[in-house]
Amino acid sequence: MDFGLTEEQEQLRESARHFLAGECPAAKMREIAADAAGFSPELERKIAQLGWPGLIVPEQFGGAGLGMLDMAVLLEECGYAAMPGPFLFSAAIAAYALAAGGGEELKTRWLRPLAAGAAAGALAMVEANDGLAPSDFATAARTAPSGAVINGVKMFVPYAQSASFFVVAARTGAGGREAGLFVVPADAPGVKVRPLKALDLTRRFAIVEFDGVLAPPESQLQGAADLYERVLGAGAIAIAADSIGGAQRVLDMAVEYAKVREQFGKPIGSFQAIKHAAAEIVADLEPARALTWYAAYAFDALPREAARAVAMAKARACDVYSRAADKAVLMHGGIGFTWDHDIHFWFKRSRMNESLFGAPPFHRERVAALGGY
Amino acid sequence: MDLNYTPDEEAFRRQVRNWLDENIPDSGLRGVDRNADRDKSTLEKMKAWQRRVHQAGYLALSWPKAYGGQAMDPVRQSIANEEMVRTRAPALIGAMGISMVGPTLIAWGDDEQKARYLPKILAAEEIWCQGYSEPGSGSDLASLRTRAEIEGDEFVVNGQKVWTSNAHFADMMFCLVRTDPDAPKHRGISYILIDMKSPGITVKPLVQMTGDRGFNEVFFDNVHVPRRNLVGKLNEGWMVANATLFHERNMLGSTTTTQMLFNRLKALAAGTMRSGRPLSEDPVFRQRLADLEIRVEAMKYHMLRQLTDSIRGRNPGLGAWVNKLVGTELNHDLATAAMEAMGDYALLARDDGHALDRGFWPYEWMFTLGLVIGGGTSHIQKNIIAERGLKLPKSR
Repeated sequence: MDFGLTEEQEQLRESARHFLAGECPAAKMREIAADAAGFSPELERKIAQLGWPGLIVPEQFGGAGLGMLDMAVLLEECGYAAMPGPFLFSAAIAAYALAAGGGEELKTRWLRPLAAGAAAGALAMVEANDGLAPSDFATAARTAPSGAVINGVKMFVPYAQSASFFVVAARTGAGGREAGLFVVPADAPGVKVRPLKALDLTRRFAIVEFDGVLAPPESQLQGAADLYERVLGAGAIAIAADSIGGAQRVLDMAVEYAKVREQFGKPIGSFQAIKHAAAEIVADLEPARALTWYAAYAFDALPREAARAVAMAKARACDVYSRAADKAVLMHGGIGFTWDHDIHFWFKRSRMNESLFGAPPFHRERVAALGGY
Repeated sequence: MDLNYTPDEEAFRRQVRNWLDENIPDSGLRGVDRNADRDKSTLEKMKAWQRRVHQAGYLALSWPKAYGGQAMDPVRQSIANEEMVRTRAPALIGAMGISMVGPTLIAWGDDEQKARYLPKILAAEEIWCQGYSEPGSGSDLASLRTRAEIEGDEFVVNGQKVWTSNAHFADMMFCLVRTDPDAPKHRGISYILIDMKSPGITVKPLVQMTGDRGFNEVFFDNVHVPRRNLVGKLNEGWMVANATLFHERNMLGSTTTTQMLFNRLKALAAGTMRSGRPLSEDPVFRQRLADLEIRVEAMKYHMLRQLTDSIRGRNPGLGAWVNKLVGTELNHDLATAAMEAMGDYALLARDDGHALDRGFWPYEWMFTLGLVIGGGTSHIQKNIIAERGLKLPKSR
């Protein structure tokens, strides 16, 4: 029985916290957020030097071959920094999808450059109706002589503008009831990207149109319905981990502020109303962190428990982050409502995290169904 | 991370479970743990049960062997505790002695005190109660005013304690008394041991909202206590008590009780029809159930994380401060959801013939709120988390 991080994981956490404090402090985060591309090539290059994009990529494709818990530890720190950029979507989710379902050729073509930081993958899942079930998809992959032809429009595709390839969910099979996953190069004929304006400025989203895009047989990931679920699961864990880090950051910001801001002749942190709000964040956050570690561990090591664990972690971590961000902004008073103060970046990111890969009610319903009630 | 137990640990779990299955008395003792009315015959049966547990080697799991404990590693302790809860083993009547005064004596007591008291705690020959709260000193415990004046080689105690669980049958009390009224409030308190049969002690039962007589008022009128019953140094009782107070508030408990409570709630919802379908299929109630289950599971892993810290000999940090707050509120939220699920049946008294599940939930609903209050209310817990955990400035 050992429910804790290894020494290597603790080191990863420490070094990531240290690196991001230096390379992606709030001022830098704001600078990147203000830029149209929403990521910094310089920061991406440094991250690649540290080997982050290849963290969960198998060693034979140039990665470190680590697991989802290692990735969760790292993403907690990225959430702490509200690090902008495609990293989470590419390195945790697209990389997982390719590693789990891609053939040799596909992995050599995309996974190797992804691990090196020379390519980034984006997920094209939900559509205008915002559903996550395969039956919600209108996008279909029709069988053609040379593979499949994909037609459809995907929404809320993260970092589509700068992606090298897309992992596209499309209906396949008899009657089109299953979700197949296809890897489509961003420059394939028939692919068109139209940017969306996002509330959370640390991230970019777009609409991606697939108009008669030809997908050769080897571009389809293997593993069918189960793989689609697993890819969603990887996304849910990644967002949960980002949320735990973000909740920790808003707590730290609010506590720091409460120690120095004075009213009625005392630091506001000496008032119980402020203390209790801070303590409630801690009480929510600490168990949610353990739950998220468990889900990330279960994702790799406990296949029978994984689906339920992931749903629990996504629902809880996102609830906790949003509530923490609300409280932390409130603890700042008027200054917290200004554009100049940094906290609104985390506040908006918390809300965005709730929506991505299934909002908390969606995951609670899954927990109920998997728990037999 | 590795959530597996070793083959040795699994064998130990089976051994505990088998022993419990074969030895739990079939005398209606199961489940009396939450019912604090204890008549003489129940009391004797509970003492006999504790002795059996002791003889089998499953009592005082964390105490050193030299004092009759088991000196078990934290994993085995948690396994044994889980099995006790899972099999609904009767409560240990001497729990207050085993988990509170015993560890205090082991840490602070002199050799004579250890030899005199520890064996009788284990053998259930002396049952202990805790004399902390007073009518004017609840959350602000350190303001307590029960006086102990030194006369020769005795303390003479005058004052009153309140909410004293088990005082109506306890043999001994560990008690905080004021020995220096002129010192700052934390520095004039001493930790003494009082024989409950001493002349001048009056115990008056208080009736709890559940209807039970579980706790009491205890009055001291010139009660003489030998000076050798002082634990630690004179006027350093606050420090002595605090070690175990923290222990009480944040006991590295298992979450088995909470998990069992959730399962019972789930069964209730599945068996309750609303608008022609089980309540567990109602989308709104499903959300609530799932949210509760998620919180129960989060607490389970939160505790496992602390168990790991303790195995590794590390300070669990901020996490341990929230156990009491989160754990007690979660149990009460589970019971509250059950009361809502019961609809009109929630209005029945426990002993009404139509009461569901023999009044389990209404009792649990009240009892769990008592636990939110006892040992420092949630408001006090939040102050502690903020001041000691987050280092926010003191309010006072």
